[in-house]
Amino acid sequence: MIKRSFFGLTQPRFHYEAVRDVPRSPDQMPVPGQVRLFVREAFDGKFPLVLQKGDRVRTGQKLVPFDGSDAYVISSVTGTVSGISPYTGDFGQTYTDITIDAEPEDEFDEAFKAAVDEQGIEAGRDFLATVPGGLPLAEMLDSGHHVDTLIVCGIERDLLTVTHQAVMSSQTEAMNLGVSILKRLLGVHKVVLAMPQNIIREAGTIGGASGVEIRPIDTTYPAAKPKLIMRDVMGQEIPADKRCEDYGIFFVSAEAVASVGKAFDKGRIPVTKTVTVIRKDLSKVVMEVRMGTAVGDIFNELGISVRDRDRIVIGGPMTGSAIYALEHPVLQDTDTIMVQDSSDIPDVMNNPCINCGECVRICPADIPVNMLVRLLEARQYEIAADDYDLHSCVECGLCSFVCPSKIPIFQYIQLGKYELARIRKEEEEATDV
Amino acid sequence: MFNQKKFIVSHSPFWHDGSGITSRSYNILIAALPAVIMGIYLYGIPALGVVALSIASAMLWELGYNRVTGQAPTVGDGNAAVIGMIFAMLLPPVLPWWIIITGTLIAVVIGKQIYGGIGGNPFNPAVLAFAILALSWGHYFDFDAAVVNYDYGFAAIYPVAYPLKAVKHAASYPQFYDVQSVVSMFSPMDLLMGREVGAIGATFGLGLILGGLYLIIRGFIRWEISVSFLGGIFFTAMIFNAIDPANYAGPLFHLLTGYTLLAAFFLATEDSSSPVNFVPMLIYGAVAGVVTILIRNIGAYADGVIYAILIVNLINPLLDKIRPRALGKVV
Repeated sequence: MIKRSFFGLTQPRFHYEAVRDVPRSPDQMPVPGQVRLFVREAFDGKFPLVLQKGDRVRTGQKLVPFDGSDAYVISSVTGTVSGISPYTGDFGQTYTDITIDAEPEDEFDEAFKAAVDEQGIEAGRDFLATVPGGLPLAEMLDSGHHVDTLIVCGIERDLLTVTHQAVMSSQTEAMNLGVSILKRLLGVHKVVLAMPQNIIREAGTIGGASGVEIRPIDTTYPAAKPKLIMRDVMGQEIPADKRCEDYGIFFVSAEAVASVGKAFDKGRIPVTKTVTVIRKDLSKVVMEVRMGTAVGDIFNELGISVRDRDRIVIGGPMTGSAIYALEHPVLQDTDTIMVQDSSDIPDVMNNPCINCGECVRICPADIPVNMLVRLLEARQYEIAADDYDLHSCVECGLCSFVCPSKIPIFQYIQLGKYELARIRKEEEEATDV
Repeated sequence: MFNQKKFIVSHSPFWHDGSGITSRSYNILIAALPAVIMGIYLYGIPALGVVALSIASAMLWELGYNRVTGQAPTVGDGNAAVIGMIFAMLLPPVLPWWIIITGTLIAVVIGKQIYGGIGGNPFNPAVLAFAILALSWGHYFDFDAAVVNYDYGFAAIYPVAYPLKAVKHAASYPQFYDVQSVVSMFSPMDLLMGREVGAIGATFGLGLILGGLYLIIRGFIRWEISVSFLGGIFFTAMIFNAIDPANYAGPLFHLLTGYTLLAAFFLATEDSSSPVNFVPMLIYGAVAGVVTILIRNIGAYADGVIYAILIVNLINPLLDKIRPRALGKVV
């Protein structure tokens, strides 16, 4: 953990990991005994279930569990469906959790290849929504949006992570192919690859052939947050209450682009996810694991032992989310798995804000956090949004990191945004009726 | 599922820089020590008694308030001790005990707790308590009277040795005194080294500067406030002095006397009652400096720091509205 330095006059600065010795080919993890795949559709009886327990599935097969809903997931293993259950994630996100008992030998599904042979690139529309790396395909293809600019983010989502750098240094060709396919599939003209200066030099071949604009990005955390990229790299400030997507600007990770490239190159949708595993001593391993592999299986493979009161974090130390069970699977956006020893876990306290101003000075979005947190504590979400810039927050977590009162400011902000969205939705529904 | 391990689940971020309210408070106490120890060295056991009683009673009032209102004890955050320490630094070296415990009651309960405790107080608690006491029992806060039994041997125009008062006294009797020669009796070196009559923690200028620099370098107080306050004092005093040197002392004298240095590093910089943005901090400090000199030179009081601080505390919420435009905020 990075501690406050003795000299506190200046703000701490963190840099995204930039490792030159990222392994060219990450360690491959063997097929686990079981995988869990999450489908973005609530398992609430709204649609009749068509996928049954005991069904046999093949690697790369598109699993559509409901009749009437388009939600699907690509099976990452060959085996038998052993359970289907509801799953509720953070902030009430609901999923359908499909458990598959895997067999060690893969039997590949050829539906995607057949679709590509028949329709060419258009086949991607129906198959690529859950590729490793995460691709907001449904929204990109939604007729309400026009994808104007595609920004490929060549920098990690959080500190300590090296996932996307590993992908960029080892899968250059797949990325080039992925970029040109996405350009044609989405009809975008402008693709920008934002990456740190040092990686531009090393991975200079990316985008060379496919007409991609490469722009350097600062490596100081949190420069890779979408709205900060828009301001600092693209020179366009997105209004606080709008999303970049509303302006036709979409962000995709380097790994997602490489996955798209690989899918069309091989005729098979990639089923492995590159993850950075951070041990308790902060040493890192980059692994390639099947999507849906349980976190516990990865720990067993690496010989990482966890005890009661430790913390397991999906995503990085600043913005990740803690999980409560070793059975939690690797999802398409699981870049990092971090283990924290119980002795390294900082306290959260119920001290009030002392108005020291550390958060205000470190905030990359210039939010008056000292005032904001007072309103959020009092649940005055509307005032917080109207007068104290709640929606300007880029969600970097630095305010909580530096707070001497140890207030969970970031959590208050997330909760405030969630509550406001919920209230707005209820109001809309009320006026519709 | 029965032998499931139990992990800690909480919201990100999962790191913290390790700073805390307690360490902030202790560092402020440490920074105040040089000036306080010098005060105790100069005035002996009575001054030690004042400091000890002030800190102890402030902590007890805080604990008592916690008990009465059913809060968890907040004495551990060190803020009550800081209030007690800073209040003691404002006081003359000899003072009846009941004034001190009344003062800490006002500082802790009225100055801080009724506004919701640490971080909620609109005024610096110690300064507010001092102002109320000085209005109520003004004669106990006459520094010359307090040390009347001491054989201090500092510069003085008998019977006035407190530099600011001496100059004010001289200015009101131009037929007897010449302001500039009175000012020149107090050499800057004497003022820096604590050879002057004054409050326990306000006379040792060098110690205050060292403590303040320590706090600034460690990041516990903001240099913007300290520097702009001293700048405000310096330039306002310089203008007065340039216009009428026969009546007004020069800027250096004002920088080193009274509560100026104590205010620059310990009073004006109090977290809750001071702004957090860059421009507001500069305005806040400068206004405090200007008001201080206005009160000293054309007001009724010898030292204007106490009321200057209270006045800028009042405008602080307004000042902090001057802030940079947040990301994506359309004007």
